[in-house]
Amino acid sequence: MSEVSVTKDAAPAADALVVLKKVNKHFGALHVLQDIDLTIARGEVVVVIGPSGSGKSTLCRTINRLETTESGSISIDGRPLPQEGRELARLRADVGMVFQSFNLFAHKTVLENVTLGQVKVRRKDRKEAEATARTLLDRVGVGAQADKYPAQLSGGQQQRVAIARALAMDPKVMLFDEPTSALDPEMINEVLEVMQQLARDGMTMVVVTHEMGFARSAANRVVFMADGRIVEEARPDQFFNNPRSDRAKDFLSKILHH
Amino acid sequence: MDVLSDNFAMFREGFIGTVELTALSALLALVLGTAVAAFRVSPVPALRIFGTAWVTLLRNTPLVLLFLAVTLGLPALGLKGWDSFWLAVMALGCYTSAFVCEAVRSGINAVPVGQAEAARSIGMTFGQTLTQIVLPQATRTAIPPIGSLMIALAKNTAIASGFNVTELGSVQKSLNADAGYNIYVIFLWIAVCYIIITFAISGLFRLLENRLAVAR
Repeated sequence: MSEVSVTKDAAPAADALVVLKKVNKHFGALHVLQDIDLTIARGEVVVVIGPSGSGKSTLCRTINRLETTESGSISIDGRPLPQEGRELARLRADVGMVFQSFNLFAHKTVLENVTLGQVKVRRKDRKEAEATARTLLDRVGVGAQADKYPAQLSGGQQQRVAIARALAMDPKVMLFDEPTSALDPEMINEVLEVMQQLARDGMTMVVVTHEMGFARSAANRVVFMADGRIVEEARPDQFFNNPRSDRAKDFLSKILHH
Repeated sequence: MDVLSDNFAMFREGFIGTVELTALSALLALVLGTAVAAFRVSPVPALRIFGTAWVTLLRNTPLVLLFLAVTLGLPALGLKGWDSFWLAVMALGCYTSAFVCEAVRSGINAVPVGQAEAARSIGMTFGQTLTQIVLPQATRTAIPPIGSLMIALAKNTAIASGFNVTELGSVQKSLNADAGYNIYVIFLWIAVCYIIITFAISGLFRLLENRLAVAR
């Protein structure tokens, strides 16, 4: 495999929001993250792609410390991630996360799902929190479902509620861990459209996905991972039309021709 | 059959004694058991060790020995002046809490891990995640085994009669001293009293289960 020197084509780290330096992690014998260096600027949309098992989901989850790391440093908005505890909880409130399996609170209504964090973590007044929640639910197109339970919604609707729940915390950055991988094909677009809109509104986003169309149209930068390493970083047009590494060429040739 | 009507006051006193003993021990067991379950899943190693030690010690001690330890041991350690009823509540409550802890923990383990991850990722602390998200969902799974534990607790209260507590078991002891009553009839009426209590507990828990089932 040819190692291409990683060049930064996209925005320089003038206003770096998320900075990973030499991050390493093992799952048993598997070295799932190997010396990861990644800087994400404020307002940037970074799409992480790569074959399964390449460590891209793990990378996404280390950014809010749902996965611990063994070495290296991660900082968000200039502050290094603290150890597990109250301080970490406070920092996580600023980092929105959207999961592959939605993970809406099953015993709470849609409205309660979007209100809970505002009231319990941000200490907002309940009335104010509900107003914010309804605005956000309307924005992602599920306002009419506010009083239902998650199990009564389709996958696409649940994922849009999950995005609203994360946005309700007014996060500095949003992490998407394969947000459309558990969805039926006809529901993928409704979620991608919400994400496109977020990107246009200037939200800083890290998106792990297999949706190449989204990567082409919404990303400022594509990060290609394989075997626990960042193999290539480039603007989307450059990456898809003219990948430099053999590994990326191989990956693209397998997914783009059918 | 007139043993009941002749000694109705005694039966009533015993019945109420057993109900009070069961209710208060159950309350203690549920509160302690849930707290110890929280310890056992907490990120703090010292709390996890304490929780494991609590369960191991109490679950593996015969209840009679625990009664002896409480009634003889605590006064020897300087804790004097507790009456035998409260000592019995303590012994029964602590003993049952070890089992409640494990039932609650099995409920916690049945909640998908993504629920807690989602709660943590919006900035909730461990305590908030547990009380707001995990425990409410764990309850559904934990309710049936806890119901069984409460029934076992109600029957375990009979041991307290050996330690100067007035409850249904002590009715049998006092009546046996008076000759003239058929001992099987005495046992029958005591059994009926226990059945009333245990059926009430199962009914209560069936109600809880149904209520939680329609909650979503």
